Amino acid sequence: MAERSIESMAEGAGGGLLRVEELKKEFHISAGFLKSRVLRAVDGVSFRIDAGETVGLVGESGCGKTTVGRVLLHLYPPTGGRIVFDGKEIGTKDSIRDMRRKASIVFQDPYSSLNPRMTVEDIIAEPLDVFGLAGTKQGRAARVRELLDAVELPHEHAGRYIHEFSGGQRQRIGIARALAVNPRFIVCDEPVSALDVSIQAQIINMFEDLQAEFGLTYLFIAHDLSVVKHISNRIMVMYLGKVVETASAGELYSSPAHPYTKSLLSAVPIVDPRLERARTRIVLEGDVPSPIDLPGGCNFRTRCRYATQRCGEESPALVPVGEGHEAACWNIS
Amino acid sequence: MSLLEVRGLSTSFFTPAGEIRAVSGVSFSLEEGETIGVVGESGSGKSVTAYSIMQILTHPGRITGGSVKYRGEELVGCPEKTIASIRGNKISMIFQDSMTSLNPVYTVGNQLEEAILLHTDREKSQARARAVEMLRLVGINEPDKRVRQYPHELSGGMRQRVMIAMALACEPDILIADEPTTALDVTIQAQILELMKELQQRLGLAIILITHDLGVVAGMCDKIVVMYAGRIIERGSAEDIFYEPRHEYTKGLLRSIPSIENEKERLIPITGAPVDMLMLPSGCAFSPRCDQAMKICLSELPEEMSMGDNHNAACWLNVRDMAGKAAV
Repeated sequence: MAERSIESMAEGAGGGLLRVEELKKEFHISAGFLKSRVLRAVDGVSFRIDAGETVGLVGESGCGKTTVGRVLLHLYPPTGGRIVFDGKEIGTKDSIRDMRRKASIVFQDPYSSLNPRMTVEDIIAEPLDVFGLAGTKQGRAARVRELLDAVELPHEHAGRYIHEFSGGQRQRIGIARALAVNPRFIVCDEPVSALDVSIQAQIINMFEDLQAEFGLTYLFIAHDLSVVKHISNRIMVMYLGKVVETASAGELYSSPAHPYTKSLLSAVPIVDPRLERARTRIVLEGDVPSPIDLPGGCNFRTRCRYATQRCGEESPALVPVGEGHEAACWNIS
Repeated sequence: MSLLEVRGLSTSFFTPAGEIRAVSGVSFSLEEGETIGVVGESGSGKSVTAYSIMQILTHPGRITGGSVKYRGEELVGCPEKTIASIRGNKISMIFQDSMTSLNPVYTVGNQLEEAILLHTDREKSQARARAVEMLRLVGINEPDKRVRQYPHELSGGMRQRVMIAMALACEPDILIADEPTTALDVTIQAQILELMKELQQRLGLAIILITHDLGVVAGMCDKIVVMYAGRIIERGSAEDIFYEPRHEYTKGLLRSIPSIENEKERLIPITGAPVDMLMLPSGCAFSPRCDQAMKICLSELPEEMSMGDNHNAACWLNVRDMAGKAAV
């Protein structure tokens, strides 16, 4: 699988289904009468995703990974930066509408992301209706049946309501809806975290099958590092609005460079009692700082055991540390 | 005599749609200072088992049979006074969601003091000092300041520490931890698990750790029980469960989780959907999802059988294999 660094990204429109440069998203939070504070959810993130690959985005809650996914599809307008999808800059109303015919999203919570008052058929066909792709009534029903087939649900389910389904089945319906417009790119926002362990594997395999069948490209957002490792070609690690490390899946897990990635990986429990008891864990001190009150400099320095004075003064940029492997840390050079 | 002895515990919820047997015939024992892991998916009955031990079931749930003995004293059907003297005092519990378990309108200190005054002989003046001491014990920095804060001012990890402090304030023998780290990020989960291990050693606690995360029990537990549809289907040491699983459900679970250690290969999922507790199959509850199911699995419930030292599994395939061996 192609692994390219940010430098090659600048080479122009030649490659990459999706390019993001210095993407920023700020939220203004009320802090009393006429006062507001700025929450920097995404603070200058750049990356590219090539057609057919799966890029994993990991990080802890509040790091901005979900916001990245939503800003990409302009579900929230970005505060700054550029998004180039399929060779076109996204920003105008038409460009956004055009992109949403080729890019869709699967949400984390299969309970709140599907309308309980709509039938499964109407839920799945809603994107078709929005873009006027449904055609005749028969055509619409036929397309819904096709999509149910794709997610391995029986056709009879089309007339039912969401409360009749289990979590795993609901997530399949959510995936069918995302597939309705025949997209090239899907943002998968924690699509398996709400599911039971025995159901997760079914859905992960389904994502892989659909990718092979329809040539899909995924941005796979998750906090579960073993799931992300399994499904991704390349992985980006976020901490407080910034990407701190990016590498191929194998490389990231075998030789993580950033101290945050190292501790994150060492915190994941291994499903093997002997290995688990034998290893030494890097337990991070303290909590993630509030994104409203960023520490300044490198955001990780408050929990980093290697932090120096420089880390407090300047924010480190991503620098290459290996083949297709970049990390943002002053102690790496 | 075991510290805690659970025998044939059954709990049902009597809903308008019918009786839901959330827990049926669960037995296990817990020794001093031991950690037992209870693993299962949602609806497997692991939390209801804990609620039954603590007797904090809410209507329409009711214990329908079995016994729970704490140091030989029967808790099922005992007077409310007896259980009140044990609950929170000798057996404490922490819950998954620390935000809803703490009262948002009282300070952390108030809530800790309440627990201390209720369960110990301490005077009010001593209670605050004890609250600060407990917060320090669970690794909260600036405990003097934190006691005056409200739950919303603390992070999720910090709130879970407060819950642990509250549970340990009365020096219990047993801590029941119901998914204590599920709502937390991995780096915070690692902190809380380390804290629990450390406190266990320091205070000689016995822990019942309830979780759906096999990784968490792998490193924490001496004994593991696996639950499915309200029953214990396999039990053994961590090594037994992870390296020599003898129930198809346990095997399936282990196959279906992606591992950080293993190289990429296709996951093997457990087929089908989780069991519908209102319509339990008459035989083994896992049989509709089991690809090895035999005729007998569909009609008769398998009993737990010994697979070796303290390793039991309830699966007809083991009976077949043994019968096969005997025939040869």
